[in-house]
Amino acid sequence: MDKFEQAFQNKLDNEEKIEPKDWMPEKYRKTLIRQISQHAHSEIVGMLPEGNWITRAPSMRRKIGLLAKVQDEAGHGLYLYSAAETLGIDRAELFDQLHSGIAKYSSIFNYPTISWSDIGAIGWLVDGAAIMNQVMLTRASYGPYARAMVRICKEESFHQRQGYEMMVSLANGTEEQKEMAQDSLNRWWWPSLMMFGPSNAESTHSAQSMAWKIKRKSNDDLRQQFVDVTVPQAEYLGLKIPDDKLKWNEERGHYDFGEINWDEFWEVVKGNGPCNKERLETRVKAHENGAWVREAAMAYSEKLNTAVNHK
Amino acid sequence: MEKKNWPLWEVFLRSRSGLHHVHAGSLHAADSEMALNNARDVYTRRNEGVSIWVIESKNIIANDPSESESFFEPASDKIYRHPTFYEMPNELKHI
Repeated sequence: MDKFEQAFQNKLDNEEKIEPKDWMPEKYRKTLIRQISQHAHSEIVGMLPEGNWITRAPSMRRKIGLLAKVQDEAGHGLYLYSAAETLGIDRAELFDQLHSGIAKYSSIFNYPTISWSDIGAIGWLVDGAAIMNQVMLTRASYGPYARAMVRICKEESFHQRQGYEMMVSLANGTEEQKEMAQDSLNRWWWPSLMMFGPSNAESTHSAQSMAWKIKRKSNDDLRQQFVDVTVPQAEYLGLKIPDDKLKWNEERGHYDFGEINWDEFWEVVKGNGPCNKERLETRVKAHENGAWVREAAMAYSEKLNTAVNHK
Repeated sequence: MEKKNWPLWEVFLRSRSGLHHVHAGSLHAADSEMALNNARDVYTRRNEGVSIWVIESKNIIANDPSESESFFEPASDKIYRHPTFYEMPNELKHI
């Protein structure tokens, strides 16, 4: 171990943060770029399934809440892209990786939002699962990533609450509304559990990320934590979680739950989910259609600078 | 395909009067006015600031962390700059 590597390791051991200009192993840098950009892409692509319902929200209260939430996701994407850029990759390249399919985003956003109650289920379950993961990441060893996570977590709890409030209204509404809420829970439950990623034994990056203190908890531990806090919330709604094996285990002090369909998980990761193609096409189109705006703004700025310099 | 990014800007916020501006994050913008407006829209959505500074990232000069030991060395052995260096009689108060 050379002295740079030693200094890096000492910082990790002493719970000091690694900052952008500090020496770091190339693999640590690469892992962070992959993870942070994947996280950023998820925020941006995650705007699509929800944006789908903004114009059809059933009341003004729901509409402004959803609008503010989707706006936040754009902000979260920005914080994360900025954190990734401190590692020496530029924004255009990050976008290229997303648009060409090299970079991934969370598979959850490849499922369709076919009813209004899906928006409630997403806020409650998807944001709930994301929060579990993100709270852990506020202690990540890379400073800019950890700081972005602190901002994001502060804003995220409103997302989950607006979703759950929606579920409460629907679950206490007409028979039809309650069925709608149950149907959303049925469809979003398992994909939400998949959000934590493959089980520990199957996860290729986990061990190294934990050693580098990027991750602090394993995928399976986070998943268990999510199940444990979410089950009582479903019970409060009077809705049934679609898992016959779900049962409180007194001995473990946790809920036991059924096996995740990993074939489905890998199929969606590989690009064969219900909406993979549509999501990516929408992103690419938005980016390409915005090109002239970006160019015009730059041209205007250059013109202004020239004018100032000639004065 | 255009590859040119808008320049990168650093954003500093004063969260309320009486406090220093503190680095809040960064963003891309074509010019200073856009940087300021975007900083407001992104970093003060929940009243986090009463004043914003933006500066193009390339204009910030920073020390090199790999040389921080020698860079900060002048301060490390000057314990006489701290009040605890000076011995005071125990019975003395308010000093």
